[in-house]
Amino acid sequence: MKSVVATGRTIEEAVEKALSNLSVSRDQVDVEVLEKPTRGFFGFIGSKTAKIEVIVHKSKCDHIVELLQDIFNKMYISVTVNIDEDPDAIHVNLEGENLGILIGRRGQTLDALQYIVNLAVNKVDGERKRVILNIEGYRERREETLQQLAFKLAEKAKRKHGDIVLEPMNSHERRIIHTALQGNPNVNTYSEGEDPYRKVIISYKK
Amino acid sequence: MKELLEVLAKALVDQPEAVEVSEVEGEKSLILELKVAPEDMGKVIGKQGRIAKAVRTVVKAAAVREGKKVIVEII
Repeated sequence: MKSVVATGRTIEEAVEKALSNLSVSRDQVDVEVLEKPTRGFFGFIGSKTAKIEVIVHKSKCDHIVELLQDIFNKMYISVTVNIDEDPDAIHVNLEGENLGILIGRRGQTLDALQYIVNLAVNKVDGERKRVILNIEGYRERREETLQQLAFKLAEKAKRKHGDIVLEPMNSHERRIIHTALQGNPNVNTYSEGEDPYRKVIISYKK
Repeated sequence: MKELLEVLAKALVDQPEAVEVSEVEGEKSLILELKVAPEDMGKVIGKQGRIAKAVRTVVKAAAVREGKKVIVEII
């Protein structure tokens, strides 16, 4: 963890110095007062400067990489963690050999890991940020599969003139189905049930 | 396996120093008993056990390679 010690006539002045030195803002650090300033007589004799230590918080990205590497280490798999932050979310892409075990059936292991990382990283300070884990384009492939499934089942609903009930999915996957069929003239989509068993229903428009 | 569960639990709780995992070896399965501070119980279980389920999923994925069934119990 990065830290810096600074002195000044007042605590505030010392903190300001340290912040500009590290070029970070006040909410990114913890401040520890090492020595309080004393005025002394006539403002100069025996006066003592303030001494403080400024400790920079770990950034969310650093925290994520550290935690994931710790986890993979204990799973005895070697994974390269690439991280990319945008205003909406932190995108984490994992690369390595045989990462199938990290994806799991229909991505359930990847989703579980993503959920844990989200909780762990957002536990610390105020600002919440979504973390999205991806393994070598798995999310994109899954999205495409779900879109194809949606189109196929919409056709089936049209043929049968009835409703098609899909299997339970998480909110992200349900949204992919809804979005895929949004403009479809033949069917409506809606969700039914409670998480984690909530499922999409594709319904023929009469 | 034990260490993996420790890492996961410590990441989730407010008092990582109180996290304890003990192993009970069975014939076909390995039972991992997870202990956390009473205030942190919610952080490892979650609403309707959602967090506990996620933790179990990750531990199970790691266990597949060792060909052993791993059971995580929170006590």
